[in-house]
Amino acid sequence: MDEEYDVIVLGTGLTECILSGLLSVEGKKVLHMDRNDYYGGDSASLNLTQLYRHFRPNQEPPAELGRDRDYNVDLVPKFIIASGELTKILVHTDVTRYLEFKQIAGSFVYRDGKISKVPSTEMEAVKSPLMGLFEKRRAKKFFEFLQGWKDEDPSTHQGINLDKDSMKTVYEKFGLEAGTQDFIGHAMALYLDDDYITKVARPSYERIVMYTSSMARYGKSPYIYPLYGLGELPQSFARLSAIYGGTYMLDKKVDEIVLGPDGKFVGVKSGGETVKAKQVIGDPSYFGAGKTDGEGGKVRVIEEGKVVRAICILKHPIPGTEDSDSVQIIIPQNQVGRRNDIYIAMVSSTHNVCAKDVYIAIVSTIVETDKPELEIAPGLNLLGQISEKFVTVSPLYTPTSSGVDDSIFVTRSYDATSHFETVVDDVHDVWRRVVGKDLELKKREVEVEA
Amino acid sequence: MMMQKNSSAWLWVLPLYYLRKLYPPPPPPPSNLHRNLMSKQFQFKLVLLGESAVGKSSLVLRFVKDQFDDYRESTIGAAFLTQTVTLDDGAAVKFEIWDTAGQERYKSLAPMYYRNANCAVVVYDITQSSSLEKARTWIRELQRQADRSIVIALCGNKADLEERRQVTQEEAKKYAEEEGLMWSETSAKSGDGVQEIFTEIAKKLPLTALPSARSGAARPAGGARAGVDLNRQAGANPGGDACNC
Repeated sequence: MDEEYDVIVLGTGLTECILSGLLSVEGKKVLHMDRNDYYGGDSASLNLTQLYRHFRPNQEPPAELGRDRDYNVDLVPKFIIASGELTKILVHTDVTRYLEFKQIAGSFVYRDGKISKVPSTEMEAVKSPLMGLFEKRRAKKFFEFLQGWKDEDPSTHQGINLDKDSMKTVYEKFGLEAGTQDFIGHAMALYLDDDYITKVARPSYERIVMYTSSMARYGKSPYIYPLYGLGELPQSFARLSAIYGGTYMLDKKVDEIVLGPDGKFVGVKSGGETVKAKQVIGDPSYFGAGKTDGEGGKVRVIEEGKVVRAICILKHPIPGTEDSDSVQIIIPQNQVGRRNDIYIAMVSSTHNVCAKDVYIAIVSTIVETDKPELEIAPGLNLLGQISEKFVTVSPLYTPTSSGVDDSIFVTRSYDATSHFETVVDDVHDVWRRVVGKDLELKKREVEVEA
Repeated sequence: MMMQKNSSAWLWVLPLYYLRKLYPPPPPPPSNLHRNLMSKQFQFKLVLLGESAVGKSSLVLRFVKDQFDDYRESTIGAAFLTQTVTLDDGAAVKFEIWDTAGQERYKSLAPMYYRNANCAVVVYDITQSSSLEKARTWIRELQRQADRSIVIALCGNKADLEERRQVTQEEAKKYAEEEGLMWSETSAKSGDGVQEIFTEIAKKLPLTALPSARSGAARPAGGARAGVDLNRQAGANPGGDACNC
């Protein structure tokens, strides 16, 4: 440990592991530490023993749940958008060779007290008795407009300026009903609330295009999921980092962030030793998250809100989902009188995350009241009988400074979105602060084949 | 029949309906599954384990490239090596070799490393008796974490340093027999025994198993995996075969 590093990374969550991997590939000397004896931090997937140790330290996992090693329970419910930014990083870094993906079988939306499937075939769509004629025509025009849009060709703009007009203006131009707007904004553009409506239309346009191209990519839903759980993602980037010379230390307590007289980062103290490095990157938990006086007397992160998540172990698929082995269910805020949507993400033994005939559903939303568990009740009620339930309320932390002055770069907590796009935003942001320039994804060298 | 005005439940049908028209799925790519099965090429994941500096990477370097480097630094950049062994009956066994990449040093190997490993080479240094102790720990770890059908070979490396030997052949062989492991000695430096140990492993692997990426059985070479392939271009994987759920 007496070597000096370019960068010390604290915590092996996905954000930190992607950064560690990319920095090592770039030739930086990286030391990566985690206080836990497993990879993944807040974005880990836990086996039964770890799960119970995490949530119920005094209780053994019930034997009826089956073998410990069959379980990889995600702490954070997210799916990968097939044509999204995380997929780009996975492909560019070539870590896909360590991973195997499956589609999420279906998307469902909650409407008027029940859930309904997003049809995945034209047949299903055509046969649907719910098809109305006039709104269908209007929506068709709307989707054709988005599909046909070309920045450089004003004839495709139909008088709309995506960079000036609000989404409200666009909706109104096509005369779309509130219900249609709900669907487009929440189930396709994946907004958590309705704030986007009054904002400029371009981001919404881009999100809808990403959703549709993701949907078109594999067919059933726009989402893919790694076998053995989301915890495989940080592990694969950690391996990338290690292959490029990164040093890994799990189960390593961090006692202190050591600063120089000028307040700049010097090193990390662990077990009586101080390891020196030029820069440090870490998740909020290593920088005083949750402590009123911050870390070492300095407040480095602030709370931006809270997410409530309920990990539910079921012995049956979610009722009304056609026995799908994996689903996303969106409960749009308007449907349940909330400001933020409620999400349900469910995976099962098909994805090697639990024993056979077990289903793991996570219900989550942004906390709006002082009774978070009550807020997710509309989601929990859709699950049928719940065998085990682990509820957490997690504060969302964000760094108070860019780190440019003190060489301390803090990442953000995993938010309430149902995908990894904001995680990749954070990777880009931290990279820019650490390296001083934009992250360019270069293709790694090809495999050595004899 | 007119819909009730406030019933908007049918709306989520629309995007999909138009999507199909806007993005017609292209024809499926030619499958190389058949060809690989015909030529009897099988791919297996092989993991290396053992204490730092026993010569894990050197062993692989000798096997894959027939090279040796006296002053090899700790593993850097050995991303993903593959080597094919052709057996007497013509079957080609392709090893997908996972090096520890140094993650064994502070006990930080990820569960991913052991996952779906078909075979493991656990290496010790015949000139360091402590390295055999370490090898025993790794074998216990494999028995705990890896698939039950995994083929494990215990390998005493640096056999060219006979004068400094601390681990006798009898001792290692006895342990291997007790645990049901394959055993042999190698010298990555001279090349002695290296090809042989990989060939012996190839012979022991169940080549009859039909490909299934998840059961720990052999899978056909050529990347024909059961899940979705991110490297494939958008839309190239039409509906049905992308997911066998």
